[in-house]
Amino acid sequence: MNLSDSKTINADRATVWAALLNPDVLKACVPGCQDMTGSPEDGFEAVVVQKVGPVKATFKGAVTLSDINEPESLTITGEGKGGAAGFAKGGADVRLEADGDQTILHYEVEAKVGGKLAQLGSRIIDGFAKKMADQFFQNFQDAVGEPTTEGETITTEIGEEKKKGWFKRLVSN
Amino acid sequence: MPKDTGIGASPLRREDVRFLKGAGEYTDDIKTYGETVAVFARSTVANGIIKSIDTSVAEGMPGVLAVFTGADFVEVGGNPAGWLINSRDGEPMKEPKRPVLAHGKVRHVGDAYAAVIAETDRQARDAAEAIEIDIEELPAIIDVKEALKGDNFVHDEIGTNQCFDWGWIEDNRAATDEAIKNAHHVTTLELVNNRLIPNAMEPRCSMASYKASGDEYVLHTTSQNPHLTRLLISAFVMGIPENKLTVIAPDVGGGFGSKIYHYGEEALVLAAAKRVGRPVKWTSDRTEAFLTDAHGRDHVTKIELATDAEGNFQAFRTETYANVGAYLSNFATATPTFLHGTLMAGNYTVPLVYVNVKAVFTNTAPVDAYRGAGRPEASYSLERVIDKCARELGMDPIALRRKNFIKPEQYPFASAAGLEYDSGNYDALMDKMEEVADVKGFAARRAQSEANGMLRGFGVNAYVEACGIAPSNLVGVLGSRVGLYDAATVRVNATGNLSVMVGAHSHGQGHETVFPQVVAEMLGIDAASIDIVHGDTSKIPFGMGTYGSRSLAVCGSAVVRATEKIINKAKKIAAHMLEAAEGDIELKDGQFSVAGTDKSVSFGEVALKAYIPHDFPLEDIEPGLEETAFYDPANFTFPSGAYCCEVEVDPDTGKVRVDRFAAVDDFGNVINPMVVTGQVHGGLGQGIGQALLEAARYNSDGQLESASYMDYAMPRADDLPFYTVDHSQGTPCTHNPLGVKGCGEAGAIGSPPTIVNAVIDALQSSGKNVTHIDMPLTPHRVWSAMKNA
Repeated sequence: MNLSDSKTINADRATVWAALLNPDVLKACVPGCQDMTGSPEDGFEAVVVQKVGPVKATFKGAVTLSDINEPESLTITGEGKGGAAGFAKGGADVRLEADGDQTILHYEVEAKVGGKLAQLGSRIIDGFAKKMADQFFQNFQDAVGEPTTEGETITTEIGEEKKKGWFKRLVSN
Repeated sequence: MPKDTGIGASPLRREDVRFLKGAGEYTDDIKTYGETVAVFARSTVANGIIKSIDTSVAEGMPGVLAVFTGADFVEVGGNPAGWLINSRDGEPMKEPKRPVLAHGKVRHVGDAYAAVIAETDRQARDAAEAIEIDIEELPAIIDVKEALKGDNFVHDEIGTNQCFDWGWIEDNRAATDEAIKNAHHVTTLELVNNRLIPNAMEPRCSMASYKASGDEYVLHTTSQNPHLTRLLISAFVMGIPENKLTVIAPDVGGGFGSKIYHYGEEALVLAAAKRVGRPVKWTSDRTEAFLTDAHGRDHVTKIELATDAEGNFQAFRTETYANVGAYLSNFATATPTFLHGTLMAGNYTVPLVYVNVKAVFTNTAPVDAYRGAGRPEASYSLERVIDKCARELGMDPIALRRKNFIKPEQYPFASAAGLEYDSGNYDALMDKMEEVADVKGFAARRAQSEANGMLRGFGVNAYVEACGIAPSNLVGVLGSRVGLYDAATVRVNATGNLSVMVGAHSHGQGHETVFPQVVAEMLGIDAASIDIVHGDTSKIPFGMGTYGSRSLAVCGSAVVRATEKIINKAKKIAAHMLEAAEGDIELKDGQFSVAGTDKSVSFGEVALKAYIPHDFPLEDIEPGLEETAFYDPANFTFPSGAYCCEVEVDPDTGKVRVDRFAAVDDFGNVINPMVVTGQVHGGLGQGIGQALLEAARYNSDGQLESASYMDYAMPRADDLPFYTVDHSQGTPCTHNPLGVKGCGEAGAIGSPPTIVNAVIDALQSSGKNVTHIDMPLTPHRVWSAMKNA
């Protein structure tokens, strides 16, 4: 399946770029991410717990960044193996467009699933992938952008609570 | 007055007592001391090179007894195709090896590359998940036409994805082309015969045990033909001597073709039982059944029908791409060719037929015979294009068919597709159908539907099929590598009851009820004293099993022959007992009597005498009363039928409701009308399922997206109407002793075009010029067709 969209992020392009390459940000933003280690150069190792329709699984996989064209665009690709549940893999072409103090993040996502995920979840996989992408970029906006409402919190899949805009405050300190 | 016993009676099915009580004994019900469990690791990608498999972690896990990979079976043979097809250029078909476990490459989602044997199912599953496989994924080959382009091959060693390019009848090709070129009218239709998943109620299951003391194996397995399975395992795959391998197919919960074939899981459990020294059982889960049971149909066809100005058929020409999947299943090459092409003259006197079939390998599950096996594909193509032709010529669809029907006085009739039909009366079937379906009342019913805002359509179909699959000499000429006779042994026990051992296998058909009716009628004894034994190679003679609606016509005929031998011998014994000449002995109502006298002995007395031969003249009469017969018929049998239905289509949603359905079939003589009616009902359910609901869908990556009942729609009771079933117009088969044809597949053959023709008629009635919709006719497809018309 393919989907593309854009999100306006309340931060400048350099901040957004730095956040995209930061494993802590990625960990906080990937829905269901339990662990994310590595670096932009060597790639990241990730553990994600997700439930697609009737199939719940722990996906272990590698995320690599390529076509890095700082600070404008990059490609994120990943493949997660979920054992008996099958696999999920996909990629996103991300392009950052400066817009004053803000950044417009354009993305095109391609996702594929196989094994039990495809056999049992194919009807819902498009909606699921869209939800995952929306959630990721929403989390990203919340982590990187200026908080829109003071004190509002988000809850990640693993139950951690973080103030919105935490990354931006981190890098601007 | 209907009979209550013997031939023509409808006693209730005796096997249903145990089935309905949950007392059937299926393979998975059989528990053996020391039993272990096999679980398979299966590919999640459709096409890929196996770079490495690491089983070390799995081998060390709790309860694990053994782990197998493809490397363990490199030395053993492949699972063969049972039917050789030659291409138009004379080249034999391509037969890439089908290994027990994938080795070097995985070729479809679900392709097993490893197996774990463990103490428990859970331990085996955990270990199977711990097997590390590194697969370099390759682009999936899914579309049959795309598969014939480019250089990405399912089997690299054959350098093509085309298994064969078959022409039938090749000598008629030029004349057929010429007839179509010069015809007054040509109707063309492109259609897809949708891929189906068999969905037997009982998933496959295989359990093997091995006895080292005698180097003997026993395999319990869900098979429609235990002797054929044993032959394949012994002669082609494992090399186990036939006399060291017993194959038992106990109660089997439906097959529909999918359990004809030998599968790798059977070979695996045999090898594993020997290695671990304990019984090994594998039970398919439902997802495995969707992924690995041989699928059905999957043809892409273009058909042309040439007619003159009066609507006389002059030629049929078809071009079909048949998907055979990733490996050749045992009958995969016969199904789209000789079970399909030879029927492409239908019920008609058309002089020219040319059929071209290209069989194509793809990265999908193997495709093979499924209820009807090739004949539904033939009937669908023919009866859809005839319907379209009638519309184009402005003729009534029944009148157009009648105009071209073979007439009763023309039998035996040599069809333009190469078969010799022995008997039939298609006009009588059509007459009966018009009567029982109240075709005259259709206009009023349509008006009523329209008043309710619904569209009503009428669809009709005439079919003829070739079944009673045999005869050996004919199928041998056509490329079969096996004989297709059948066999029966009738054993009269000393106390007068009978065991009849048959080569046919009952997995829903009702043999345990119907075969005794035949024997009881012939001997004049109570059917309750006759038991049928089937499914165990150590007990039954070497028969070929059940498929192709062959059980009664072929095995039932063997039962007749063996019973005739019993009667002959019993007459000898009776003559000895009555001190009369053998030629004077008559058998009536279970009594052997001397003609013209009141001297008689009962069947039971003769049976007892046979085993207590104190005073036998041993030169003339052997002790015992047991006879075996092998029966190989002279021809196929040719059931035929006239079907019609009425559907209502909701113009707002495209939802189709089958309002009424009439099936009038010629099955020749009928032994048990109730069982025959049940077989027709089942076939209609599956045919209507194909027409309206069922579709196996692979996406472009080769992932099976319809691998559960959430996404694969099986027909349910409320999808089906009350059927009107009639088999009063039988014309007996001329070459078997019972005069029977075969009824197992007819419903699934005749119903899909009937439904589609009716839906098209409904849409046309609303002024929408929709000429075709591919099955299944889901609301979305029907609604879209209406919207785009």
